[in-house]
Amino acid sequence: MLTLTSLRETPLHRLPAGWKLAALAAASLWLFTLQSGAALGVTICATGAVYLWLGRDIAARGIALLRPLWPFLAVLGLWHLWIGDMAAGVFLAGRMLCAVALANLVTMTTQLEALIAVLTRLLAPTARIGLQPQVLALSVALVIRFTPVLMDKTAQLMQAWRARGGGRANWRIVLPVVLIALDDADHVADALRARGGIVPQNGLRPE
Amino acid sequence: MEKNVTYIALFAALIAVLGLVPQITLATGVPITAQSLGVMLCGTVLGARRGALAVLLFVALVALGLPLLSGGRGGLGVFASPTVGFVLGFPVAAFVTGWIVEKWRGQIGLVASVAAFVGGVLVLYAFGITGMAIVLGKSWPAASVLVAAYIPGDLIKTVLAGLITQGLARLRPHAVLSRA
Repeated sequence: MLTLTSLRETPLHRLPAGWKLAALAAASLWLFTLQSGAALGVTICATGAVYLWLGRDIAARGIALLRPLWPFLAVLGLWHLWIGDMAAGVFLAGRMLCAVALANLVTMTTQLEALIAVLTRLLAPTARIGLQPQVLALSVALVIRFTPVLMDKTAQLMQAWRARGGGRANWRIVLPVVLIALDDADHVADALRARGGIVPQNGLRPE
Repeated sequence: MEKNVTYIALFAALIAVLGLVPQITLATGVPITAQSLGVMLCGTVLGARRGALAVLLFVALVALGLPLLSGGRGGLGVFASPTVGFVLGFPVAAFVTGWIVEKWRGQIGLVASVAAFVGGVLVLYAFGITGMAIVLGKSWPAASVLVAAYIPGDLIKTVLAGLITQGLARLRPHAVLSRA
């Protein structure tokens, strides 16, 4: 399935995922505590510089990823035009765009496997309360595999709907889609069990 | 054990599919994304714990960078954008929805609709509005005005969640784990 990670290797790809996440957390905290417009301006310029340093393709992609935010920019603009305090509106808009751009930068330059590894490591202590990291890894793999499968089956259902002359599919399509998901879940559970099932690390099978 | 894992994973995939399917249109012609319907169904069908885990898994995959939110959004940027509250509120919404369906043993369709309203609208919007207020630097009442336009669509989804859960209870009674 499509991920948002850039396929072209950049210098940022080679940094450990944990460091990038820690840096992102620190940068976000900094963004949401700073008060002065000058500090925000410097942070925005620095973010833009990193994007441009990584390459034109990354910068273009970064801008495309910010596009869904435009309704909120419009709302902020109208709001602050109304109360007559455009400076505050520009500050809030800049802070939001910069925080999202920084987060997208980490997403674009980190492989999915590396992020899953960080998540598994962070959740390792939960093994003591019965959550098992290998179950998490299996669940992630199942979702990644079955989202496109379920998507295809849903598209087929909609085509069949149209072929029967039902017009555009409406909410009634959801029930059969849920049924497909339930049946797939039953089949996969049977298949897993037939292959020995999910054996927890302590060797006991919970039921 | 295996069934728990596959149900949770397949319902996480279901939320993604319902968000990516664009053609769902209401009788009035208003296009809505069915993503929050998926969150409600996780609660009404899987129950509180499994439902919340399915939604949590979905949110984790969005954070890891998969473009699974409606409109193909995803990645860590989602958690810095004004809609962060809705995404973080999704698992709680499913938990509350599922909890009500488990505890209140009334007629399944009605109970599921009411549960979806409490969890998927009241609880979810409390989170969503709070997130929007923080990111956009607005007061809580001001932020609630901004999301008011989406409430009618979500109210319709609570009714649909009830109808769909009722249909499932008839067709696959053993699969409605919230009542198992």
